[in-house]
Amino acid sequence: MNTTTTMDSIDLAGKQLLTQHANKELLRFITCGSVDDGKSTLIGRLLLENGAVYEDQVNSLRKDSKKHGTTDLDVDPALLLDGLEDERQQGITIDVAYRYFTTPKRKFIIADTPGHEQFTRNMATGASTTDLAIILVDASKGILTQTRRHTFIVSLLGIKHVVLAVNKMDLVEYSQNVFESICDEFGQFASKLEIPDIRFVPLSALHGDNVIRNSSMTPWYEDGSLLHILENIYIGADGNHRDLRFPVQWVNRPDANFRGYSGTVSSGALQLGEEVMVLPSEKRSRISRIISCNGDLKSAHAGQAITIKLTDEIDISRGDMIVRPANRPFTRRNLDAMIVWMSDKPLQTGNSYWVKQTTKRTSGVVNGIRYKIDVNTLHRSSTTGLQLNDIGRCQLLLRDPIMFDAYRQNRETGSFILVDRITHETAAAGMLLSPRDGSDDFDGEVHPENELRLQRAISRIPENQRAQRYGHLPYTILITGLSGSGKTTLALELEQWLFEDGKKCVVLDGQTMRFGISRDLGFSAEERSENLLRAAEIAKLLNDSGLICIAAFAAPHDEIRQRVRNLIGADRFLHVHLTTPLAICRQRDSTGRYAAADKGTIANFPGVTAPYDPPQATDLEVSTESMLPDRVAEEVIRLLRIRSNLSRA
Amino acid sequence: MPQNREQSEVNVNPTMVNVLRSPHLEKLEAESIHILREVVAELDNPVLLYSIGKDSSVLLHLALKAFYPGKPPFPLLHIDSTWEFREMIEFREQYAVQQLGLEVISFVNEEGVRAGVNPFEHGSKVYTDVMRTQPLKQALMKYKFDGAIGGGRRDEERSRAKERVFSFRDRFHRWDPRNQRPELWKLFNTWKGSDECLRIFPLSNWTELDVWQYILQENIPIVPLYFARSRPVVDRDGDLIVVDDDRMRLREGELPVDRVVRFRTLGCYPVTGAIESNAETVEAIVYEMMTTRLSERQGRAIDRDEAAAMERKKRDGYF
Ligand SMILES: Nc1nc2c(ncn2[C@@H]2O[C@H](COP(=O)(O)OP(=O)(O)O)[C@@H](O)[C@H]2O)c(=O)[nH]1
Repeated sequence: MNTTTTMDSIDLAGKQLLTQHANKELLRFITCGSVDDGKSTLIGRLLLENGAVYEDQVNSLRKDSKKHGTTDLDVDPALLLDGLEDERQQGITIDVAYRYFTTPKRKFIIADTPGHEQFTRNMATGASTTDLAIILVDASKGILTQTRRHTFIVSLLGIKHVVLAVNKMDLVEYSQNVFESICDEFGQFASKLEIPDIRFVPLSALHGDNVIRNSSMTPWYEDGSLLHILENIYIGADGNHRDLRFPVQWVNRPDANFRGYSGTVSSGALQLGEEVMVLPSEKRSRISRIISCNGDLKSAHAGQAITIKLTDEIDISRGDMIVRPANRPFTRRNLDAMIVWMSDKPLQTGNSYWVKQTTKRTSGVVNGIRYKIDVNTLHRSSTTGLQLNDIGRCQLLLRDPIMFDAYRQNRETGSFILVDRITHETAAAGMLLSPRDGSDDFDGEVHPENELRLQRAISRIPENQRAQRYGHLPYTILITGLSGSGKTTLALELEQWLFEDGKKCVVLDGQTMRFGISRDLGFSAEERSENLLRAAEIAKLLNDSGLICIAAFAAPHDEIRQRVRNLIGADRFLHVHLTTPLAICRQRDSTGRYAAADKGTIANFPGVTAPYDPPQATDLEVSTESMLPDRVAEEVIRLLRIRSNLSRA
Repeated sequence: MPQNREQSEVNVNPTMVNVLRSPHLEKLEAESIHILREVVAELDNPVLLYSIGKDSSVLLHLALKAFYPGKPPFPLLHIDSTWEFREMIEFREQYAVQQLGLEVISFVNEEGVRAGVNPFEHGSKVYTDVMRTQPLKQALMKYKFDGAIGGGRRDEERSRAKERVFSFRDRFHRWDPRNQRPELWKLFNTWKGSDECLRIFPLSNWTELDVWQYILQENIPIVPLYFARSRPVVDRDGDLIVVDDDRMRLREGELPVDRVVRFRTLGCYPVTGAIESNAETVEAIVYEMMTTRLSERQGRAIDRDEAAAMERKKRDGYF
């Protein structure tokens, strides 16, 4: 080596180079292509031409090129990429490999994944950490099924920037027509997916056209070379900068005087002095110090690894999340998620797994698979299991609630993995959808196959014609109260009364629900609420069809009662609350539920081991202590009549 | 206020608040710190493998930052082959032990010492196995470490490109390239059986250039062997071997001559080749890195056997 490099000998150009490199950005990208599209050749060329391959490596490559090379070039760039012995013997790459190169502007991390049919798993892995995807197409073959598959996975994993690299342009005489028709076809397909930024580049990886520099062979192409795009594409706005989410990773307690919470800010930003809330405890405090590894800070943003102190001594542990009180994530045990199955052992509903999401570990059961997606056609089909490389939409029920956002809003808090309980292998990658609780949030439904945009089926039968036929308006009568307060008795009494009067009505009972539609639910506050919300959805459907619905639920939370009311619509909603005293309820209990709750065999029992909020507003409050069920029913009917006459008859 | 006490516990680098930081290093740094914290949160008894080289120095610096104002909640483990450069042992004692006040376990394969295993007679392969690979396994078992944090980088060598950040080793500390867990997002799967051990590589995504830029930016202390200086050298099969102490066995006709050399990687002195260079400062080294056409492993006798040598070593449990 003959570079002379004492400090003084670095010339001005050298100093400039140092300064440039000391101000580099980082871009992570994934390369996807089918076998023989030229992916290895392209990556090899990017590495070679950016000086990421040293001379001694090039020399050994030169030897290899004579032995294994597929081209008559001196050095076959594709050979650079083979790493593991047996893969090299098989001539295939079977996993994600990471490559690095740098220019003075940016450092690049390439996740190199193979294009074989069965390797959805590897692509999802590679894509999960990257900002951008290069999708390779062979110009002489055009868009293939695999291209669609790759694009779908890229969009599923939430990558926002795609470069379609139309390779082997030399084989089609650098034809602008060929290039443009490939771009058009791709554009049409991709418009059904969610990829905000797509670029197109005509390439010859083998000859180097438009890889590093613009090529004279494609005078009609005026956008930058592939490297130019990689160096300049703006990714600064990609993360979620709005919602503060700081999952506590580790509690730093070196001695009695210091207690800090360490972690990486998932999204948003936090400021010194601001009020924050700790989840799931919902305790509030203020940030008194932000300690970064580079000194104290006034604020910190997504991606920074920091330690914070709070003004109050609160009990906080790993897996808790610090947020702003007015901007909270979902806290749920019931999850709805897109899942990429990664294990040889297939998924079957009812299987239980370990779960890791942000810094939280818990366990959970996959209790339903809504459908699986054919990655080639994007068609959905129903299934009872998922095999290796399958993608499906699943319901999970976790042991503990987790704090999350929809993956589309937040890649950091919306992602999770499932781990096999025996082998500990990573069985699946999951992307959370917004829970379907209320009318506010429809986007979970549309993503990610939103080419099948959802539409409500609008009935052709006008509401008033139904009312005429049935002889009544639709109503939902929600009966609430403690266990044993007489809800079900009243519901059945009402049903009988209405039926005899020629009305069409259906009873939804909290416990009956659990034999079927809510079979998957337990008895936590979350799940009790979910049970009621499901009933509310059904009630709404029934009402929309003109029927009366009588719903008997404990409904211990006022917030949820309010939501039910909003969902159904105040003008169709009648809330009857039974105020029967706890002591009477206990006396009447024939099934031993109160005794079990006292012993703790039933957990979260409203009124005993869990709170029962008294309702803020009801239409009728009665106690069944001194009044017989038929008398109460009569009261309700009377009320119903008045309401019908007044409001809508 | 406790503030003062906190500050004085471990002083990572008092001048660093005003240093200009490269955005790419900031991201790499945050990622590595996240990994280190994950190790501490999810494993019972991790250890940091401290080889005293530049990667270890960066790793240690990151660990100091990750757990500031506390000290890293794990000990350092140095596998002493007994053929270390003297300057490395000095550095370990002065910097890691005395200045930082960290617990450093120095572990030697006594059996190998008794058997007189040395790089001259036994060849680099046997020697490396007996004095590095075996004692590493012994130490991990003796102290029941369930995770060993190392400074390995994926750009070091081709077979490492596919290595995981959290790499699984079976009971016999073997690596099976076919049976590694996919790593998604930042969600590292650290579930493991009771007799399994993890190797964790927080510097996976760093390149050699990143490491030097970071050393420059953060002003991280490193062993002086990395700086060019006049040293007594013999040229052995193209490797420039520095005669570090009088245990060096000279071959017939070999005569040490003083040449201005430095090291790009550091291992045992008789099997680590120096390079000719005038880079006397970190800045000059960074510049050299940007312009050199030769790889980091050119000076490692153990790597030249065959292209796939490294991979085989890893499967056997070499780090
Ligand atoms: N004509 C032509 N051949 C190419 C080009 N890029 C790659 N190839 C060839 O296509 C074949 C497959 O390339 P390779 O990089 O191994 O594909 P991979 O399977 O996607 O990694 C090899 O024979 C390459 O030399 C190109 O731009 N033009």
